[in-house]
Amino acid sequence: MSEENNTNPEESADLDNSRRDFLRYVCTSSAAALVVASESSAAAVVEEANSADAEVTVAEFFQGHFVLMSDEEKKQAIARLEKRYSAQYGKKTTVSDVAAPDGVLFGYALDMSKCIGCRRCVHACAEENNQSRGESAIQWIQVMKIPKGNISFSAEELEKGYPEKSRFGDYGVQVGGNAYHPAGLTTEGAQSYYQDEAVPDKDFFYMPVQCQQCEKPPCVKACPVRATFRDHAGVVLIDYNWCIGCRMCQLACPYHARRFNWGEPNLPAEEMNPKTHYFGNRPRMKGVMEKCTFCVQRTREGRNPACLEACPVGARKFGNLLDPESDVRKVLATKRVFRFKEEFGTYPKFFYYIG
Amino acid sequence: MKKAWSFARDISLYAIKGGPFFYAWMLFLFFFILVGLYTSYRQFSEGLILTGATDQIPLEMFFANFVFTAHVAAAAVLVVAPGYFYHRKDIKELAVIGEIIAMVFVATGITFILYHMGRPDRLFHMIPGIGFLNFPNSMLVYDTIVLNVYLLLNLTGVVYILYNKYVGTFDSKHLARWFTPIVYLAIAWGPLIHIVTAFVLASNARMVPWATAVLPFGFLSMAGASGPALIILIFLLTRKYSKLQINDSIIDLLTTIIAWSLGILMLVFAAEIFSVLYSSTEHAASLKYTMFGHNGLNKYVPWFWGDIGTLIGCFIALLFPGVRRSYNFWLPIVCLLVFFGVLVEKPMVLVFPAFSPSPLGEYTEYHTTLIEFLNVLFIWAVAFLWLTLIIKGAIGILTGEVRYRKSPPRKAVQH
Repeated sequence: MSEENNTNPEESADLDNSRRDFLRYVCTSSAAALVVASESSAAAVVEEANSADAEVTVAEFFQGHFVLMSDEEKKQAIARLEKRYSAQYGKKTTVSDVAAPDGVLFGYALDMSKCIGCRRCVHACAEENNQSRGESAIQWIQVMKIPKGNISFSAEELEKGYPEKSRFGDYGVQVGGNAYHPAGLTTEGAQSYYQDEAVPDKDFFYMPVQCQQCEKPPCVKACPVRATFRDHAGVVLIDYNWCIGCRMCQLACPYHARRFNWGEPNLPAEEMNPKTHYFGNRPRMKGVMEKCTFCVQRTREGRNPACLEACPVGARKFGNLLDPESDVRKVLATKRVFRFKEEFGTYPKFFYYIG
Repeated sequence: MKKAWSFARDISLYAIKGGPFFYAWMLFLFFFILVGLYTSYRQFSEGLILTGATDQIPLEMFFANFVFTAHVAAAAVLVVAPGYFYHRKDIKELAVIGEIIAMVFVATGITFILYHMGRPDRLFHMIPGIGFLNFPNSMLVYDTIVLNVYLLLNLTGVVYILYNKYVGTFDSKHLARWFTPIVYLAIAWGPLIHIVTAFVLASNARMVPWATAVLPFGFLSMAGASGPALIILIFLLTRKYSKLQINDSIIDLLTTIIAWSLGILMLVFAAEIFSVLYSSTEHAASLKYTMFGHNGLNKYVPWFWGDIGTLIGCFIALLFPGVRRSYNFWLPIVCLLVFFGVLVEKPMVLVFPAFSPSPLGEYTEYHTTLIEFLNVLFIWAVAFLWLTLIIKGAIGILTGEVRYRKSPPRKAVQH
């Protein structure tokens, strides 16, 4: 219930003060830090890099859709990007184009009863995936704080309602006084910008939302240039160099999962994660869309997503939906599972369950 | 070739000469164009972060104004259609003015979309062959196609008619064999661009206020109101300041179209409001926010009621013959109110409040920035500059003041 955008919600109380001060320092002086850091460390780490290498080349500007490139073109595109990022951030940056593994359909499951709303996943995600920081911070995971039903009903409202008085009685015969109070899992009354000293708040439960990796993604249908598409393992990806920034995908997404780079992203060189993937966490540019990729740079190499590793309560499970022994399949077999906003007919591969 | 060169030169020279009122208008437009050149440079170098758009409300004033330009561009066929379908001679001579309005407004709409894009430099990704078009899935692809085709159709029509009148070979009974289908296609294409634009919005299931079957009907009825309102204003100014004769019968026809478009619009609003509010499910949340506000966020409430009130008032006013025939006072006032009423409805009722609540329950108010507003004014100033100059040149040709010096003398001024 906030009208602020791109705010960087304060770290929850269990993070120590020095880290919080550090973040604040980064927020306020990140532009200066970027310049200083890239100047001082560029010379040390990548000796041959010069400032001209940090610019987008003509060849990069005119490159085609990555999926449609020949192997030779892909190799050149990767080399161009590695050179540019290494010069720009002053550290040896790798851009992988490892393909999706065969016979795999990635899925995710999140235990609603375990989540404590600490937002460690949110920040681990931002660090892993090179999201913009500071004033123009971008976060791919949004945690909703939802009131429990136990605070929804009150005796004072018992005699109220509509109509107030009638021959049938002096209470709301047609609409009860306790109507219009949300209870249970609903976005009505959800707060996404809570700044609590301690979590969890006993009168609330938490629901993290990120890209649901739909099997029938409306965003992919809406994109006029197919810059966003499903990969072979069912993950919806974006070619940041092909996106034209029309934001039709953002209009189409029923999960508010997509984030736009309204300005030039602000990624301090010292916080930049140099192990990247072309469709994943490589640094983005102004005017393109981005979103959760299930950490494509990790999961295509058999690792878990960063949000899962960061979760202190083990609420997050990831795996191959085609493998009966995977964590996510075991959850589907044994737990009460639901999909968020299933009425939109998007068939997400992100499942919520009550553990 | 020599004729074409002479055509371009004569029409341009005629278009840029005028009285003090004309030069004052040009100066007024140039002020916003000069300011807008700077603010456009800022936006294109720094990005859309200079606008008020956010991840919560990703459409800015540019997109809202684009929908409005589609209204007017589509409605311009209402000047073309009566001449060709009902053989009304009085209005057939003016069909070219309708085509000019369609041409300029659809070009303005495309400009608004250019300002809306995050990466306008990458638009070549949409060119088939070089890029990739997600056809037949993406609605924006359809919109791109229909808008550009409409622009071409009208450009062809305007150049054909004006050039042939200029050299004295135009004969409305013996049009070129290829031209007649173009005129009829352009007439059918007008509503088409608008229906497709409505589908671009209605195709998003999560944008609950737009995912309604009445959206194209609402759009077309608002087009039928705002387009003729502008056309009446142009016609009234034209017959006051030029030698071109425009009969009252034409104005009356357009006034009737506005009145009954507004009448249909009332029904569309009533149908939408009733079917949403009676059951008052979660689908009503956005409309309730627009109409009554939410927890103190009530920026759109006065805009909604003010706008609905204005449009209803204009509808009622146009039912009075005295207002309809008051060509120099009441009618222009009503037309201005209709034009701006529909224009303001786009951002403040249709687009911005539709994003609240967001899929995750957030309510957001849109805050337009100065740079964004000046860019909108820039695009409008350029649009009205072109509109004024092209219509002025066309008037010169229609009245016979501008014509090829070797062409046979014309019988009389046609009207």
